[in-house]
Amino acid sequence: MRRLSNRAFTHAALIVVGAAVLVPVIWVIAAGFRTQISLLTGEFLFTPVMSNFAEVLFSKTSDFLVNYRNSLIVGIASTVLCLTIATLAAWSLARLDWPRWVVHVFLGWALLFQMLPPLALASAWYTLVRSIGLQNSFAGLILAHTVLNLPMALWLMGVFVREVPLELEEAARIDGASTAVLLRHIILPLVAPGLAACAILTFVFSWNEFAVALNLTMKQTATVPVAIAKFAQDFEIRYTQMAAAAALSILPALVLLLIGQRFIVRGLTQGAIK
Amino acid sequence: MKQAGALSRWATFGPALFVMLALGALPLANLVYTSFHTVTWSGGQATFSWAGLAHYRALPADPLLRAGFFNTIVFAVFAVGGQMLLGFTLALLCSRVRRGRVLYRALFILPILIPGIVIGAIWKLMLNFDFGLINQITDLAGIEARNWLGDKETALASVIAVDIWHWTPFCFLLLLAGLESLPQDPYEAAKIDGASWWQELRYITLPLMAPAIMVTFAFRLVIAFKVFDEIYLLTGGGPGTATEVLSFTLYQRFFTEDRAGYGSAMAIAIIFLCSLLLVAALSVRRRPETAA
Repeated sequence: MRRLSNRAFTHAALIVVGAAVLVPVIWVIAAGFRTQISLLTGEFLFTPVMSNFAEVLFSKTSDFLVNYRNSLIVGIASTVLCLTIATLAAWSLARLDWPRWVVHVFLGWALLFQMLPPLALASAWYTLVRSIGLQNSFAGLILAHTVLNLPMALWLMGVFVREVPLELEEAARIDGASTAVLLRHIILPLVAPGLAACAILTFVFSWNEFAVALNLTMKQTATVPVAIAKFAQDFEIRYTQMAAAAALSILPALVLLLIGQRFIVRGLTQGAIK
Repeated sequence: MKQAGALSRWATFGPALFVMLALGALPLANLVYTSFHTVTWSGGQATFSWAGLAHYRALPADPLLRAGFFNTIVFAVFAVGGQMLLGFTLALLCSRVRRGRVLYRALFILPILIPGIVIGAIWKLMLNFDFGLINQITDLAGIEARNWLGDKETALASVIAVDIWHWTPFCFLLLLAGLESLPQDPYEAAKIDGASWWQELRYITLPLMAPAIMVTFAFRLVIAFKVFDEIYLLTGGGPGTATEVLSFTLYQRFFTEDRAGYGSAMAIAIIFLCSLLLVAALSVRRRPETAA
């Protein structure tokens, strides 16, 4: 009997916390379907309207679809770039005999870099990008997000690459496989689940990043977080449209959570346990 | 094993090295260089004039930086402290249930995946004086409605509460993973010896979990010191300097006021401070291992 009530209490506590997590999100998504008046009067039951979403997505004064596309471009490009570089380097450092000091200094620098406020580096990146004439393209932000996520990707891929049995690599070498063949046909298939975990996190972090995007983008290249910040700064805040934009912006995260929870959990926890 | 040639060694490691140097080390060097200069703009051209240590000397007297430093400490202590406590409690609870664990975990992960700026937007609406859900709830409970973000007394606490909502799931996830990987034998032995749950927690779980707790703590501390997005949207550092935090001060001095030289000196000082803190946190981490 005591065990049963114990278990009931545990579930009750977890459900309360789950509600605390979910209610603000649902309430804001619901606010996206309200009229301004309905929101201001705080009525509990309301007739949902689509006008906010229509306004945010299709109005002439709104760039949200462009922002969405920009975020996708930057997110996908920086994820591909970051994972390619990180996987190659992680494998190289784990399996080819680099002097130990090279490994330590490099990974130490990556760890230190991870701690720097990205804001502090934004101006240097901006100067760099401008000096090669790419300030009005995505190049700057893609490169910035690549280097920002690289330490995490190096760390995670390092863990996954070391899980590949050494015997497999040796066997491939004995059969005369070149490094390229080895990477393509042995390493890549075996680290694929780890790669998926790492890719989801890198993409989400790029999608979410605000401080650097704020300083490295212009009107045409602004990403979703930059656009949402604009809503809050307007002289008269259009709350329901801000809610609609917020709801739209968490869509990719929700989709990734539904299809890749396993990978996300693996990615987030892997680094801490190993 | 036949060793790979120099070509494949550099082809695999080279790109990462290049990126970390060109986009990581170079900007930092640039920052150090700029911090010793005063940058003035005229006609799209920047002029660097030597300033020596003047910017660094000016830092301690900067009222905004002082407020930012103080608030960041308060923010980090209460936010990270709250998250660790809540996250650990949740992880303990969750590790005791078998049915629904995956569902709870999926639910709790959600805030980690939401952009910081959107978290700001969500809570700006939730905490709105006129129609926010929080004031509606306090209204039902008979408590007077407050302007949570606009009031000097509650602004920082509100921002901390939002951060706890945002990051508790992260602590929970890492600590739950830690709990799931603990060996089972000590618990069976404790059960045979008739240990209470408190003794189990105090003498088995906590010591075994110490490394995972310290890693989570260090992770969170570093991120807490970089907090920017939520505050940018929620309060913009105000009212007054009530929620001014370090990265916001940096943003204002560096970008809003366009003082690149002074801003760089501030950035270097903040970086130095963060490194010190992390070293301190990590050296605390070693202690239980040497004691064991």
